[in-house]
Amino acid sequence: MLRINREIRDRIVAHARRDHPDEACGIVAGPIGSDRPERMVEMANAERSPTFYRFDSKEQLRVWREMDDRDEEPVVIYHSHTATEAYPSRTDVSYASEPGAHYVLVSTRDAETAEFRSYRIVDGEVTEEPVEVVEFTGEPAR
Amino acid sequence: MATEVRIPTIMRNLTDGAKAVEASGATLAELIDDLDRRHPGLGEKLVDGGKLRRFVNVYLNDEDVRFLGGIEAQVADGDTVTVLPAVAGGMR
Repeated sequence: MLRINREIRDRIVAHARRDHPDEACGIVAGPIGSDRPERMVEMANAERSPTFYRFDSKEQLRVWREMDDRDEEPVVIYHSHTATEAYPSRTDVSYASEPGAHYVLVSTRDAETAEFRSYRIVDGEVTEEPVEVVEFTGEPAR
Repeated sequence: MATEVRIPTIMRNLTDGAKAVEASGATLAELIDDLDRRHPGLGEKLVDGGKLRRFVNVYLNDEDVRFLGGIEAQVADGDTVTVLPAVAGGMR
């Protein structure tokens, strides 16, 4: 199950809407081993495409180093689909390399309703998981 | 000449859990060969048919090696190589 703060969920959806019709992507970092998505980082889609996304490699290095320095890991890796359902495509699965991460997909195909779904992708196997939206993720703000 | 190579979580099963290992070589290709001798299996995670796999990003210091000549990039003393899984996907 993914437990995520309402504000972060809303910001991910807003990012996806803002970049529509291109795919939006990013991460939510959290302390290693905590499973708490706390710090959202919007990433540039280097492909600027409605059908494909790729983290800009240079930005990714910077963000990953920052996580290293803060003892964080990518708890959530999110991206949007702009014309299809919020379900991992074959390409998504082939690139999925973080068995511990929640892969979040948002579909912006409908302007009114936001599909926000979460998956585990391990060894090419996709498992959908429930999403619990909470007001706080458990620990007081530091 | 030893170069520090930083290994992503997903490949640490091949380095006994080490976050960073050492390898040597004058080019990235030689370095990856040496890396694979020290940690068998790591080479094929990075290279396929003499080219870097599209599923990984390899950096020499702060630069993506795709902009430095790819696998033929020159490696100098004291350089750091960082490997990260590429994060990508698409609709199909």
